[in-house]
Amino acid sequence: MFCVDPRRTSSAKFADLWLGLTVGTDIALANAIGRHIIANGWHDQAFIDHSTTGFEAYRESVEPYTLEHASAITGVPASAIAELAEAYATAETAQILWTLGITEHHNAVDNVLALCNLALLTGHVGRWGSGLVPLRGQNNVQGGGDMGALPDRLPGFQDVADPDARARFEAVWGASIPPDPGIHLTLMFEAMATRDLRAVYCIGENPADSEADVAHARKLLADLDLLVVQDIFLTTTAELADVVFPASVGWAESEGTVTSSERRVQRVRAAVPPPGDARDDIDIIAALAERMGADWGRPTANELWDELRSLSPLHQGMSWERLESEGGLQWPCPSEDHPGSPFLHGWLWEDDLGGRSGAPFNVVVHEGPKEELTDEFPLRLTTGRALDSFNTGVQSGSLSSPIRYGETIDLSPADADRLGIVDGDRVLVSSVRGSIEMPARVQADLPTGLTFTTFHFPELVDVNLLTNDAWDKKSGTAEFKAASVRVERLPFERSTAQPGPAGG
Amino acid sequence: MSDETPVRLSIDGNEVEVPAGASVLDACNAAGVETPTLCYAENLTPVNACRVCVVEQEGARTLVPSCSRQAEDGMVIETDSDRVRHSRKMVLEFLGSGVDLSQAPDLERWGARYGARPDRYGSGAERIEEDIRIQDDLYIRDYDKCVLCYKCVEACGDDAQHTFAIAVAGRGFGARISTEFDTTLPDSACVYCGNCVAVCPTNALQFKTEFDLRQADRWKPEEQTVTRTVCSYCGVGCNLELHVQDETIVKVTSPHDHEVTSGHLCIKGRFGWQYVHGN
Repeated sequence: MFCVDPRRTSSAKFADLWLGLTVGTDIALANAIGRHIIANGWHDQAFIDHSTTGFEAYRESVEPYTLEHASAITGVPASAIAELAEAYATAETAQILWTLGITEHHNAVDNVLALCNLALLTGHVGRWGSGLVPLRGQNNVQGGGDMGALPDRLPGFQDVADPDARARFEAVWGASIPPDPGIHLTLMFEAMATRDLRAVYCIGENPADSEADVAHARKLLADLDLLVVQDIFLTTTAELADVVFPASVGWAESEGTVTSSERRVQRVRAAVPPPGDARDDIDIIAALAERMGADWGRPTANELWDELRSLSPLHQGMSWERLESEGGLQWPCPSEDHPGSPFLHGWLWEDDLGGRSGAPFNVVVHEGPKEELTDEFPLRLTTGRALDSFNTGVQSGSLSSPIRYGETIDLSPADADRLGIVDGDRVLVSSVRGSIEMPARVQADLPTGLTFTTFHFPELVDVNLLTNDAWDKKSGTAEFKAASVRVERLPFERSTAQPGPAGG
Repeated sequence: MSDETPVRLSIDGNEVEVPAGASVLDACNAAGVETPTLCYAENLTPVNACRVCVVEQEGARTLVPSCSRQAEDGMVIETDSDRVRHSRKMVLEFLGSGVDLSQAPDLERWGARYGARPDRYGSGAERIEEDIRIQDDLYIRDYDKCVLCYKCVEACGDDAQHTFAIAVAGRGFGARISTEFDTTLPDSACVYCGNCVAVCPTNALQFKTEFDLRQADRWKPEEQTVTRTVCSYCGVGCNLELHVQDETIVKVTSPHDHEVTSGHLCIKGRFGWQYVHGN
């Protein structure tokens, strides 16, 4: 196991080798791995010829990324890059797993494509034990996308621009569907700024704490003509709302399904009744539709699931009864006698590629973070998660965790030393967008020049006041992982009631 | 999955067939013979610590632990011979003479079956009498109930969590499951996944919620419902069993036979449910 992370995390300590790259240099590293694999002839030429397109352009594009050049960019020793390249390429099976360290950058999609190129180069995709594995950060973020909560997709990833797909949904839904794609969350905030978007119905999301450059986001939310929030708690976002719908807890007070990282659809079930006026999400939405003049009745989760199955070929074979008796099924599952699909891209190994054209290599180049380090803001800030907490703390805040250390700005020993900071000092952390006070924690696991914090306690420390909302035009994700900051020690706060020298 | 030929063996005179690689315990289960186990769990590697699952194998000099002994073609196994009954009785008596088994109903039931009388060792039997270790709000350690089955050590180590926060320290009557330097749990390497608590057969490790309800004499397992659902945190898809009493979650476990994590959870899945009740 190799671990690539700017920080020496617990996973890094567990790994056979840790590649502690500089924040935002993932493409330089991946391209150098690709180049080294090709230079040594470790690539799978037969697979490339049969199953991919664009290899020659890729080979040329990675040519500049020698081990030495990549080492200079990434800070990772050339020998470590070479070792990873050889191990990955020559392994019988190998997987690349990643999460937000790859995707919370202004060039998120390019980062992902750089990794996909490596899988195509070596044939580590579409067969048992090998693959590309984006680990989802929420229990149903996969399911949300599967169900059509994407600007250009209908449920089952069907293209909203496809008239046949629209017609099938229109026949069942009894309403016409606009053929133009909608906009994603990041563009919604831009549309709020231009007043093109004036009313928002926000369900189970807390953007007033979670958005990058959050002061700006809060102002936009507050300036809306109408904000409706449906949530289980009165979150920071709900406090800004004109109307709040209290909802039941999805996995403990409601019936339904969620879909995990590996496309496994599983049942969630009600174990306890919801408190007070809280109601099931389905019930709230149906009641709202009724007030707006549409009689949807009060469908059960099972009935809605059957409607989805009738419209989404990927889910067709997943009857409610099978989900109950088999404990979970992975899509695609096109028929009731289909066992589900543990991996997605097996077609790459079929003689006729399942009737498709090959998977394309994509040429991507190293860019580095949008925000450069300057004399004024000389340190890199990257944000992330702690084991015992979850995002803005709405759910995990009430867990009385013995291993929680609260919100701190973590500094390398060398930076702390240079700034005259010791563990527990109050410091002022500033980016071009704002300043916040927080305690410092000196961490030997951080390289010089890098600072780290979580954002689990926005009521204590408003970390997203600092983060950069520069975002990837292909994915809409903001660059939470790379802001430029300055850290200054604050003067000691002296207590007015200090014990005197004579024991007074 | 094995494509090897299944093996056939005799359990108490009945012929059973099990897949190649199965244990004698699997064969006993296949034959419908209930076997007491203590240090065994289906999601852990057998450590052969307790010897309560021993059976008699024809031709073998000693009794064999059924949980770890691989089934072989033609084996003849007796599970209820005098030797087996005597051995199981002794194991249960020795454990019961030194340890509080009052919250291990299975052990008490087996004790009755084999006529175990732990009290016949009298007051001279060495007992652990230590204060219950309550060091946080998530779980407690009551070593008066610990039978040193090592399940918690295995679950913390390379059978599940790979944290290695606990191991056996000391020898003989002084042996205890201990953190490094016997430091408190919050100061140890513990990551509070609770996988040790989940495998403990005697309640020596106990969720704080259960402990508090027991202290208040309000722990009522017979009134509890258990509902299977999916954890609300990350995208792994761990299954949870919510144990609910008086419309309140009192404990979270995970089914051992679930293919995603085989019954193992992290701190958020195991303990991060309080918000359901509005805190």
